[in-house]
Amino acid sequence: MWNTVFPYLLSGISVGGQYALIAIGYTMVYGILRLINFAHGDVFMVAGIIMVYMAASGVPLWLCIPLVLALTALIGFTIERVAYKPLRNAPRMSAMISAIGVSYALQNLVLYITGGLNQLYPTIPWISQSVTVFGATTKIVTVVTPFLTLLLVIALVQLINHTKIGMAMRAVSRDFETSQLMGIRINRVISITFVIGTFLAGVASILYFTNYTTVIQTSGAMPGLKAFVAAVFGGIGSIPGAVVGAFIIGIAENIIKGLDIMLFKLGLIHGPLGLATFSDAFSFALLIIILAVKPTGLFGEKNTDKV
Amino acid sequence: MNNTTKKKADPAIFFSAVVVLCIYAAVFIAEQTIAPTSMLFTVLKKGATYALVAVSMNLLNGFTGIFSLGQAGFMLIGAYTFGIFTIPAAQRINVYQYYNGGIVQFSLPWFVAMLLAGLMAAFFAFLIGLPVLRLKSDYLAIASLGFAEIIRAVFQWDKLGVITNGSNMLNNYPTFNDFNIRNASGKVTVYLSTLVPFIIAGVCIGVIILLINSTYGRALKAIRDDEIAAEAMGIRLASHKRLAFCISSFFAGVGGAMLAMYQTTVQAKSFTTAMTYEILLIVVIGGIGSVTGSCLSSFLFVACSEWWLRFLDQKQVIGTFQVPMLRNGFRLVVFSVIIMIVVLFFRQGIMGTKELPDLFRSQHKKEKEAQGK
Repeated sequence: MWNTVFPYLLSGISVGGQYALIAIGYTMVYGILRLINFAHGDVFMVAGIIMVYMAASGVPLWLCIPLVLALTALIGFTIERVAYKPLRNAPRMSAMISAIGVSYALQNLVLYITGGLNQLYPTIPWISQSVTVFGATTKIVTVVTPFLTLLLVIALVQLINHTKIGMAMRAVSRDFETSQLMGIRINRVISITFVIGTFLAGVASILYFTNYTTVIQTSGAMPGLKAFVAAVFGGIGSIPGAVVGAFIIGIAENIIKGLDIMLFKLGLIHGPLGLATFSDAFSFALLIIILAVKPTGLFGEKNTDKV
Repeated sequence: MNNTTKKKADPAIFFSAVVVLCIYAAVFIAEQTIAPTSMLFTVLKKGATYALVAVSMNLLNGFTGIFSLGQAGFMLIGAYTFGIFTIPAAQRINVYQYYNGGIVQFSLPWFVAMLLAGLMAAFFAFLIGLPVLRLKSDYLAIASLGFAEIIRAVFQWDKLGVITNGSNMLNNYPTFNDFNIRNASGKVTVYLSTLVPFIIAGVCIGVIILLINSTYGRALKAIRDDEIAAEAMGIRLASHKRLAFCISSFFAGVGGAMLAMYQTTVQAKSFTTAMTYEILLIVVIGGIGSVTGSCLSSFLFVACSEWWLRFLDQKQVIGTFQVPMLRNGFRLVVFSVIIMIVVLFFRQGIMGTKELPDLFRSQHKKEKEAQGK
């Protein structure tokens, strides 16, 4: 039984780590701007495409990775300046619509550049090698991801709790206007938030696409949505919440992919049930359950609405 | 109160009715005279379908202030219900080839199936609304989007294949082309394949307009403007929101059935969140809170994406100069840039919150002012 479950669990933890890195971008932006950045998943996909083209143009891989991360962060910064900053005083719905517009634009731009074909992701030496862990064969990236994720999250939490800019971020997310009055340069804080968020999405894209090997214009949509679900699940605005939520969703999704085989081996069913169809839907079901039971998520702070 | 005094004769409404009738007449005449393969009809058919769905979304987002992103899911329910109940019994063995012809072994007339499509979508909306409508803005958006994804997965489930045909497509059901009247030898005598979708969409949008202008509609607008104030005025939030959600989904379901007729095949995997986003962008371009705007922008949106911007996808040579960058997909890039410009700089959209009669009214007032001078 363990031999059946373990590979799914392993890839669940790995995907969970990748979702966690994306989810942090969602949760930080939401914490500060109260905006669901629907374009975040597409930035993640664009990071993959940049890597594909950069590697194809002959840039050595060791240089590609930092360049991709820097470019992704730059894209995040630009998107915020162009598409969200002009709408800062507009109703919240406008910014959300703008985010959907950006997502649509990024997908179409990539469709134009790639011609709508699957792009083969470059093989990054060490991390795409196969390795056997407790009898399950997988890529090294699968094993590395959770550790790298935790490392980055710890670094981020330190940044938020112990630096000046981190303090500014916390202040802005607590009260936008007051922190502005206190002399915090809001635009700078927001830009940095976007840079950090998209940087982490860039890291996630390297890990994710090394595992899945192809990139297409729509490949950011589903991981993006799931990462957002993870952020809501953990309590939006809370970084530990997003990480925990992402791991839960990643693991649950992969367990469901293998549920048919597991149930079969346990003798509970006699033929395939096709439950793998629901691996995506399950995350959303989980989201709706948590929203119905505890709308603030696992670690969310309670907000009371004032008239 | 204001309404009763105004009701006597409002020339603006009369003019609007005339304009709408003229459009229908133009569609009918165009259809008899222009070759049916013209791109114009593709745009008109798809435009009418999208207009209905956009107006139904506007009813929620623009008039009730419920930011729902579940439209594609309800369209999927509508499209499938329509397809499942209208495939002729003789064709079922071919369509459901992997499921021994499926378990539904009868077929309904198209308008009954279309009504059923709407009712089915409304029923699901009622169920989904129970948990979702209790949520606030962003959470509601993401939860309804999640439901659309769940619905998509359920319809693709292998075990339901005897009803939904699993992840295979449904086809061979009546389409818009079946509305054409043919003579005995099978030659088309009267083309109606564009007019009928126009009429279906027109009737549905008419019902929505009546609803918006009724007491219910005013209650919905009150909820949009301020939930707490509306509640204090005695409007029951829960039941009104549920009503708006179900009605909107009903028409989204009918729109889905129309989309099924337009596409001639239905497959669950095409009803993605991208489709909801497209419809949302249509609503935004038209103006959130304007039925006329939604209709106009659906036709513009469809015309631009399917027809007018097509030249951007092909090589263009002016003299000896070959225009750079033009190749497959460029149309969509230009299109998204236009959308972003509208979203960022023309947030009111084409119509703002104005309707067709308002256009005549403002002119009318100006004329009066000019006479007064």
